[in-house]
Amino acid sequence: MNIWLNFLIDSMAFGATFIYGSTGEILTEKAGHLNLGIPGIMCMGGAGGCLVLNAIGRSSLPPFLIVILGILGSLALAMLCGMIYSFLTVTLRANQNVTGLALTTFGVGLMKVIMSKLDATVYLVGPKQMYRWPFANRQDSLQAMGILFFAAVIIAVLAGWILFRTKTGLHLRAVGENPATADAVGINVTKYKYAATCIGSGIAGLGGFYYIIDYMASQEAYLSLEAFGWLSIALVIFALWRPPLTIIGSVVFGFLFSVSSFITNVPWINVTMAMKPILKMLPYVVTILVLIVSSIRNKRENQPPASLGLSYFREER
Amino acid sequence: MEKKLALQMRGITKRFGSVLANNHVDLDVYEGEILAILGENGCGKTTLMNMIAGIYFPDEGHILIDGQEVVIRSPKDAFDHGIGMIHQHFKLVDLFTAAENVVLGVEEEKRYNLKEVCGEVSRIAERYGFHIDPAKKVYDMSVSEKQTVEIIKVLYRGADILILDEPTAVLTPQEISRLFDVLRRMKADGKSIIIITHKLNEVMEVSDRVAILRRGEHIATVNTAETNEAQLTEMMVGKKIDLDIHRSKPVNARPRLEIRNLNLKNEEGVQVLKNVSFTANGGEILGIAGIAGSGQRELLESIVGLQPLESGDIIFTNPKKDKPVTFFHKSLKRVKELAAQDAFHDVNMNAVSFRGMRNSAIRKWVDNGGVLFREDEIINLRHKTPLEIRELGVRLSFVPEDRLGMGLVGSMGITDNMMLRSYRKGKAGFLDRKKPRALAEEIIEELEVSTPGTSTPVRRLSGGNVQKVLVGREIAFTPKVLMAAYPVRGLDINSSYTIYNLLNRQKENGVAVIFVGEDLDVLLALCDRIIVMNGGAITGTVDARTATKEEVGLLMTKTVESGREEQ
Repeated sequence: MNIWLNFLIDSMAFGATFIYGSTGEILTEKAGHLNLGIPGIMCMGGAGGCLVLNAIGRSSLPPFLIVILGILGSLALAMLCGMIYSFLTVTLRANQNVTGLALTTFGVGLMKVIMSKLDATVYLVGPKQMYRWPFANRQDSLQAMGILFFAAVIIAVLAGWILFRTKTGLHLRAVGENPATADAVGINVTKYKYAATCIGSGIAGLGGFYYIIDYMASQEAYLSLEAFGWLSIALVIFALWRPPLTIIGSVVFGFLFSVSSFITNVPWINVTMAMKPILKMLPYVVTILVLIVSSIRNKRENQPPASLGLSYFREER
Repeated sequence: MEKKLALQMRGITKRFGSVLANNHVDLDVYEGEILAILGENGCGKTTLMNMIAGIYFPDEGHILIDGQEVVIRSPKDAFDHGIGMIHQHFKLVDLFTAAENVVLGVEEEKRYNLKEVCGEVSRIAERYGFHIDPAKKVYDMSVSEKQTVEIIKVLYRGADILILDEPTAVLTPQEISRLFDVLRRMKADGKSIIIITHKLNEVMEVSDRVAILRRGEHIATVNTAETNEAQLTEMMVGKKIDLDIHRSKPVNARPRLEIRNLNLKNEEGVQVLKNVSFTANGGEILGIAGIAGSGQRELLESIVGLQPLESGDIIFTNPKKDKPVTFFHKSLKRVKELAAQDAFHDVNMNAVSFRGMRNSAIRKWVDNGGVLFREDEIINLRHKTPLEIRELGVRLSFVPEDRLGMGLVGSMGITDNMMLRSYRKGKAGFLDRKKPRALAEEIIEELEVSTPGTSTPVRRLSGGNVQKVLVGREIAFTPKVLMAAYPVRGLDINSSYTIYNLLNRQKENGVAVIFVGEDLDVLLALCDRIIVMNGGAITGTVDARTATKEEVGLLMTKTVESGREEQ
């Protein structure tokens, strides 16, 4: 297969990490909460899954059960983090930025401790083949597309459908835009904020799990995970708060992010080592460009939710 | 015709801390009637209605709907009992369409289908004579359209009892009459409508019965047909008050502000002021009448330097003749420059020259009031910055639709809001807080502002009190031109008359007062001359003492080709 096609497929597989992270973040932001804890939550999701796999990887359980238990472990730890974040910002009305950053610092650190104690030969090897369905037996780069990749696409499309086509989504967007109005028409603002943050965190956590177990499948994978958390948050802006757009965005981001390492393989392009860090800036440059373009066009639909980052007090008039 | 009781309130009492907001209020509402609730600001009208709508819960008393006692703990409970309230501040999500806002929070069995909702919204609108596009986004809507969405939102939920909290406060006269038509149609449909207001003419026009509240107590409920404005006012205020504005003859009216051929385009390139020319005299109240949005706001803003003019001049005559020079307005350097131009004379009418004098001697002479201006100062405001214009004594007390939007900072106290105008004064970078505090206390006392203290955030005051603070501050700085746009919008009768009297007192002090109003009766009773605007041009000038409402009304809709003032 063509080298560029291979590269594209690889970008898509890599980008699935971002689809998870930014779809999770969009759900949270649509409820009016800017969750900067996403990098930490993705790390915790990865750690949670690996912990479970480490415990049962060599057991005699059927492979698909091991996969499912791994996913559940990932979800559990990530949603626990989302719960902590919700409790602090929704119930105690703590500052969202500070809480999120603290959660990231905490999550990344804890994950590194956990992962350094685990045995990669156990958590990686066991169920690996299961993830690669239906392309498990292929030898080319399509092998990288597994169930968790397709799950990411489905989750993004589904999240978009729920947000913009169902009443639940309408209510959630109302909560993020104007919680006082939502409250006045009888929507349970606290419930929506908790649910959106926890579900969003769970989805983001799966991204970490996918990256470590499926995409990279290496012992050092967890070390670079935090950076992809931040990229996911940037991708939210790129996708203009629409989950389906994260699919396109993730390919672009995946492409831009790995172009620096890929480009050395292209024989007719001469890249010195010094240029690599500059190429690594590309995803961020594109995010800034998107911000500029969407600000200039100034369409209300492309702006962040109106009450993003603000705590809601019912008593305040 | 025997009428059925829709809602009964029995002995409703509500306390906020030690303040008794409602004291054993009894109220009946019948099916198919419009009941007006009349009362001054802070008399507990809104609190009472909020208890029916589920925002507050009464401390004592019962609410009966169709004869059954009910407990209303939340807005949702109220909806379930067929009660819907349209608040003064709209509760809408800007980013959503009309239909999305209407369906928000409604729990239905059927599947969510926005098309069906749009159809239903259109049906409701058609039935009662609204005009609304269900797919229009709220951020694109006018105030009146937003109110329509709020009303449809309530009707969509099947409300039979509608409460409207001061629905006309932000509407133009045309929109008000359209709203009243809708209300009458709803009444004919058997709905009960409660309208909270303090505008007597609206009460007389639209309501069937009037319930009067005073200081949290229900004074009486009377049939509108059997009462009159004077009687209602007396019940509302508790004493007879004079509904006449005492207008004095202008004394020594001299041109203060002369507007010549003003042209202005807005950001979209639309001509909003067309060749506007008029003169405002000191010691006179000049009224500006016109349908809202005819260019009044832009005119006032261009006078104070907030709008870049396309062409035209604003000539301001600063009355200085025979007044002593002070160092408060002029620096020593400037005084010396002016003296060199022969601008001053002494008490014996001899020309003043500082030549050969030492600075200390000049200071002494000026401070003793021995140096007087020879001429009035004539300035073209077009070339001045807003700050310079303000320092010259041209003051704008603008009261826009959003009371706190312009002029006051909601989260700051009255003292701090006073300081917005004086923060440049004070020594060596330190703020002078004493004078603003004294001023704040003076305003609170003179204008009867009800507030817990000078440091209470202005946002927590009621609308009328906020307006008193705003107008009071502008008046306190001894202006030479005072412009007030809609200064009584949303105020009760007592506060309105306080403001009218304030403006009259300024006029008697020789200030040129420009008053932009919407109530023609008030304009005719308060002003000396009225200019009428339509579509950014002046369509006529009338003498307020002899003109009739019809005359002004006709000018308000007249179009003028050249836009030149016709004398």
